[in-house]
Amino acid sequence: MLDGTAQALIQGVLLGGYYAIIAAGLSLMVGVVRFINLAHGDMAVLGALVTITLTQVLGMPVLLSILLMLPLMGLLGWVMHAVLFERAMKGGLLLPILVTIGLGAALQNAMFGIWGSDTRSLGADIGSLAWEGWFLPGGIILGKLPVIVFCVAVLVIGGLHLMLRRTKLGRAIRATASDREAAEMCGVDAARAHRAAAAIAVALAALAGVFLAMRAQVTPYSGPAQLIFAFEAVVIGGLGSLGGTLIGGIVLGVSQSLGGLISAQASLLTGHLVFVAVLIWRLGRDWSADHGGWHAGLVAQLARRVGRRESGAEQ
Amino acid sequence: MTRHAIAGIPRVDRQLIAALLALFLGLAALPFFGSALIVDKLTLLTVYVTLAVMWNLLAGFAGLVSVGHQAFIGLGGYFALRLVESGVSPFPALLVGGALVLLAAWPLSWLVLRLRAAEFAVAMWVLAEAIRSMVMFDPLIQGETGRSLVALNAIDPDLRRNTLYLMGLATAGAAMALSYALLRGRLGAEARAIRDDAEAAASLGVSTMRVKRIIFLISALGCAIAGTIWLGSAITYQPRTAFGINWSVFMLFMVLVGGLGSYLGPLLGALLLFALQEIFGDFGAWYLAGVGVVAILFALYAPRGIMGLIADRTGREPLSMQARLTRQGEA
Repeated sequence: MLDGTAQALIQGVLLGGYYAIIAAGLSLMVGVVRFINLAHGDMAVLGALVTITLTQVLGMPVLLSILLMLPLMGLLGWVMHAVLFERAMKGGLLLPILVTIGLGAALQNAMFGIWGSDTRSLGADIGSLAWEGWFLPGGIILGKLPVIVFCVAVLVIGGLHLMLRRTKLGRAIRATASDREAAEMCGVDAARAHRAAAAIAVALAALAGVFLAMRAQVTPYSGPAQLIFAFEAVVIGGLGSLGGTLIGGIVLGVSQSLGGLISAQASLLTGHLVFVAVLIWRLGRDWSADHGGWHAGLVAQLARRVGRRESGAEQ
Repeated sequence: MTRHAIAGIPRVDRQLIAALLALFLGLAALPFFGSALIVDKLTLLTVYVTLAVMWNLLAGFAGLVSVGHQAFIGLGGYFALRLVESGVSPFPALLVGGALVLLAAWPLSWLVLRLRAAEFAVAMWVLAEAIRSMVMFDPLIQGETGRSLVALNAIDPDLRRNTLYLMGLATAGAAMALSYALLRGRLGAEARAIRDDAEAAASLGVSTMRVKRIIFLISALGCAIAGTIWLGSAITYQPRTAFGINWSVFMLFMVLVGGLGSYLGPLLGALLLFALQEIFGDFGAWYLAGVGVVAILFALYAPRGIMGLIADRTGREPLSMQARLTRQGEA
């Protein structure tokens, strides 16, 4: 029993690596561009399907397919931001939601039209990587693929962090995020910085999609679930914090993995419930901060209620 | 001193209202002479109209874009199914099941309405998924398998079809009448003030939370009842369909193309979606992809939809909910 729990815990942490990769792009967009792309999960699926086609139809080695696909998806992200997202962001808070949910519907169904409803996987193309693992004392098995995915996640988050801190592009992205007009006055090309961020976000989504296809199966309609996981990881880790996103991904992975000890269905539900709990905790914390602490806030609220009732009685 | 008063309803609008009422009465008589196929199809149309009107109330007037209102469609269906299984007669069960979603929507409103725009949208979606996971736990639903409203099958097909149609029509009519009354009244003015500038509205003493909550609850209720009526005609309840994101895409399409924040827009959008489905529905996935593309194009190039285009052309929006002021008696 204890072994099972330990195993689930480790699996969960490693699964968190996958969630961190898919959430990293979303987190970057939310944090610095202030834009939520609701088709983020569909980008992951598109990346996976393109890689699968390059590998299985054109016969390319998997690694080459991935290296070919990533720049393509990055380009797609750049173009989408230039053509769709920029215009949507100018139209207020609601338009980006409307545009990207429309984009998601268009993408999912177009992918269905092109690739059909079959579930697809890269599992058969990566040889022994799909099932090999290391045996640790206590009967714990450490799968090679999950370990690789987790290492990539740490590299991705660390790389993004360094990119934002140390490079010219990173400085441009951060400057644009904190004050677009001031950044532009200093000679930063804000539109370019945003497009670059979108390109990175889409490429990262696609990379996550490839890992998803390696350990499981994808269909054209797998995207929305991936977006939801990514969003949960971002919110659990704290909006706009890349390090938080890695932690958020791990928390989500561990919750799902521990829930999975009960049943397969409970796995997803546990993840959702942890998300809701974090949301309640955060909103409660904000509320108490706004009202001078829990105690003072509740007393004030109560006093107002009573006051309203008394003044109502007088009238 | 010049005094201002809110102007009465213009003549054109009165004629429009009269025409809508006549259309409603005409449609109510349809079961007496329409064929079974037409009644079936129009039931779906009434469901679309209700959904569009409700989503427009939420997004167009309270500024709350939800991509998770399928939560209430799916949950309403589940409650209705449970009621039928416990022996409640099917038709009342559909209405009561829909109304029961308020039990979930009310506590949820405390949580989600405190979120910012985009967070609200996605959080609703996550909650819809969470509720779906919970519903799938019920042994009656058996996970993905779902369950049929067997009791409805036992009812005479003609009676079932006509009752569902009239229920759908009444719901759509009630949705339109209720949103008219709300929007013409104080709540409508408050909601528009919040949508346009929440801080300014709050400083004038509008309780933004109260207004948003009322509209959120009404939209949840309306979507749930529309959903149970749809379930009544589809008979089979499957969590994946009932909680499907497609509902949100359809609602968004109807409202966006018809005219976000206009009164007649959702009606127009529902008619359009219905017509498109009749013509292109056979193309399956490519048709749905087209729906997404059209929604994007409207969002980017005509964000006020067809009603906005009409308003630009003629100078005023038909049946606008905006109150107009007139100068009154200088004497």
